[in-house]
Parts: sequence; structure tokens; C-alpha cells
Amino acid sequence: MNTRREFLKTAATGALVLGSQSTLSLAAALDQQTHGKSKVVVARDPALHDAQGQLDEKRVQALLDRAIAHYTGRDKPVEAWKHIVPVDKVIGLKTNGLGGKGISSHAVLVMAIVERLQQAGVKPGNIIIWDRNARDLQVCGLTISTDEGRVRCYGSDVAGFEETAVPCGKGAGVYLSKILTRQCDMVIGVPILKDHSGAGVTFAMKNMYGVLSRPQDLHSGGCNPGVADLNAVPVIREKVRFTIGDAMTSVYDGGPGFHPERLWQPNALIVGEDRVAIDHTAWQMLERKRAEAGLPTLEAAGRPPRYIATAADADHKLGVNNPEHINLMEI
Amino acid sequence: MMFRSTRWMFRTAVLGMVAVAALSGCKTKAIDPFPASGAVAGWEKTGDTRTFDAKNLYQYIDGDAEQYISAGVVTTSTADYKYQGQLEVTVDVHTMKGADGARKILETGQSKDAKTIPLGDAGIAYTQSVIFRKGPYLVRIVAYTSTPETQQALVALAHGLEAKL
Repeated sequence: MNTRREFLKTAATGALVLGSQSTLSLAAALDQQTHGKSKVVVARDPALHDAQGQLDEKRVQALLDRAIAHYTGRDKPVEAWKHIVPVDKVIGLKTNGLGGKGISSHAVLVMAIVERLQQAGVKPGNIIIWDRNARDLQVCGLTISTDEGRVRCYGSDVAGFEETAVPCGKGAGVYLSKILTRQCDMVIGVPILKDHSGAGVTFAMKNMYGVLSRPQDLHSGGCNPGVADLNAVPVIREKVRFTIGDAMTSVYDGGPGFHPERLWQPNALIVGEDRVAIDHTAWQMLERKRAEAGLPTLEAAGRPPRYIATAADADHKLGVNNPEHINLMEI
Repeated sequence: MMFRSTRWMFRTAVLGMVAVAALSGCKTKAIDPFPASGAVAGWEKTGDTRTFDAKNLYQYIDGDAEQYISAGVVTTSTADYKYQGQLEVTVDVHTMKGADGARKILETGQSKDAKTIPLGDAGIAYTQSVIFRKGPYLVRIVAYTSTPETQQALVALAHGLEAKL
């Protein structure tokens, strides 16, 4: 996946796949446990934050292990991870630092994932932590590194964007980050759950706006169908195959920026393969918090996340949003 | 000949001054509202000021940009500060086309627990943030941690900013 010609070919046909062995491993693991439904694990630890509001590193690691163990049905973290990622490939972790310090993917979670990936056999140089730019990564608490012998961490401002647009819905094409198109074989989304002034909710699928050179082009109509169209772009559909959603801290109103007066600590991770089911689950979690705070529903506030249903429709087929088809495991 | 030339120069100068005055009346004055380190007791400016215009505001606040654009934002400038070397905050100064835009944003974003404070044309404070408007300017100061002194320190910095607007 190194040349422009190869990228264009695969992006157009949707032929961007991982090694067949790893793909089958993940599918097999899921089939055994989901009974035809999309599995979503919501793992919680009420003591995740200490008295000063800081995340407890060991508890975050333990929570991640618990979430992955329940998702894969394997108790040993290393074995579980081997069924999620192809260990001989380049794995990207797409974080979200747009909200700035205080409401960005937490570095402690990202590094916990990195540790388990390495223990599972992924070479350090084959792990890329990435987002739009250096600032977005640094506000997460991450350190920039482009050393190919170590775990890398840099933004699309360094790698650049494709010069040829890829079709996206009915609108003009989009220009994608080369980190996604050329450097990663598989991407794990590590978004942070937030209220969003336009889209209603931002989490797994909306996180993909960070792979674009001009995300503002897809914001109209409450990001609907923009979010669904973008996630249906073949290279995103095929490569972004797993989500470890950071719902340890969230903002339940006034997002996507940092609003300390509306900050909330769900102390949870939302994990799964079905990005639509994950976003639906996260949306419901956000609605419950808004109701508890005496706020109107997102529908009543004029910004329901309609893109979630669009992503599940027959044109997009990105996953399921019907609760009857979601195997929700709250642990 | 000399007399006619002087009169022409005088007319040109007057016209020029009228033009400058007219233009400055149409535009928001260019100012630097960010207090330098030490200008407000205990506060240190820890980073460069970054400025975004309406077209690239999404780079800074993504989805939030739309509500500012619809309210007539011209530029948004932001800088980080630290109080007594510990409390980290971010200051955003939104320059709107007019006072109505600043009012709209302030009123839209207000929640029930906002405490009204005498600052600029209108101001509110929360435990970890202070927001106020003055003319076409909307200022938001946000702290990342909460201590017993946070709100008082934020209000002091807010007064420092307000004095420069």
C-alpha cells in the first residue's frame, strides 16, 4: 500500500483488506459470540478517577483488559489481542484531540493499547498513533515521534494528504490522510465521547473527520449524511475495523469543545467492531446523562444524530442501529 | 502655481484622512487583548497567540465553528496561560462583526448554574470558566483543573483582558 497507483486502485474497489488469516480470525472470534448480533462491550470502573480527578493508570489497563476479554471471550490479554489485530501489519490508533486539553482521547488509554499490541507481537515501529496534527496529539498527553524503530506518533500535517479526491456520497470528493491510505494496514479508532453542537454526538464514526484535509465540507445538515458517507468510503470501511471508545471523561452538552461546567465522568470504555452499534450505544448513554442533568433530548435540542441511522441504511450498510440487533454487554 | 499645488495636496490629505476614518469605522480595530506575562499578578502567558479567521476556524474548534460563523465571527485568537506555575488555562477571544454576535453566543451557551459577574457588557462565571462580552468581543477563559482559588484567579485575568479591549 505504498504507491499512489495502488492506493487509487484499492480505494476505488474496496479491496483494501488485511491478511486473510487475521481477517478470518477476527470474524471467527466474533461469530462465536455474537449470535448474529453486533457485539458492543461497555466496561465500567467507578473508581477509574482518583480524588483529584486523575485517571488511575493501572485501573485503565485493567479496564481495557476486561473489555477486550469480554469482547473476544479470551481471558489472557495477549491471546485476545492476537484475535483482533494482524500482528505482522502496521496498526494505526486514530485518536481525537480536537476538543483540546481536557476533552481529548486520554494518553493513558492509548499507551495501554500500545503495550498490549506489542505484547501480542506487533513491532513498535509498526504502531502509529495519529490524528490531524501535532497539537491534537499533544493535547492528549502524547509525545511526537517519527522514529521508525519506535512507536510512532505524528499527524497528517507531517504525512500529508492524497492529491486525488476519493468519491464520498453525492458531494465532491474528499482528500484523505496518507497515514490512513498508505501507512496503516488496520486502524483502531480511539475516539472520545462528546456532545456535538452540529452532529449531536461525536464518537466512533465522527472521529473519521480527522482523516480529511477539509472536514468542514461535511458538516452541513448536522453532518448527515456526511458521517455515513465518509465511513462508507472503501478505504475507511475496510481499514478502520475496531473501536476502543474512550468514555472515561465526556462532555454532555456544549461540545465538542471543552466545557468544564458540563464535564462528566462515565468511567467507561465502549468497545466493538460495529461502528454504528457503538455510536448508537454511546448516543443512548449521552441521552441518559442529559436527562439526568435536566437537559432536553438531542432531538428536542434540534440536533439528533441522524447520521447513525443513515449509516445503518441500505445504501451504507456500515452496521446496525436497531437495539434488537445489538448484543450489548455491560460489565 | 505653487498655491494650486499646495491646495491640491491639502485636498488629497483631507480625502485620505476621511477615507481612513471611514474604513476604520467599518472595521473592528486590530488589537492585542492578551496580557503579557506578569501584567496580571500570578499569570504567565505560556504560548504564542494563534489566530484563525472564519474560513479556517474549523481547524481550531471543528463543529463549534458553525455557530460562531453564523453569529458573524471575524477572527478567533487563542493563547494559553498558567497561574502561579500550576493552573493551566486557555483564553479564546472571538472578534465578531458586531455586539449582537457576541451577545448571541454568550446567551446561547449559558446554563443554569452560571453566575453573573460585572465584567465588560455582560459576564458569567462557572467554577472553572469565565465568559464575557464587550462590544464585538466575546472572551472565554477555561481552566483545566479546579482549586478553591480558580474562579478568583480567572476573574482577575478576565479583568486584565477586558482592560485591553
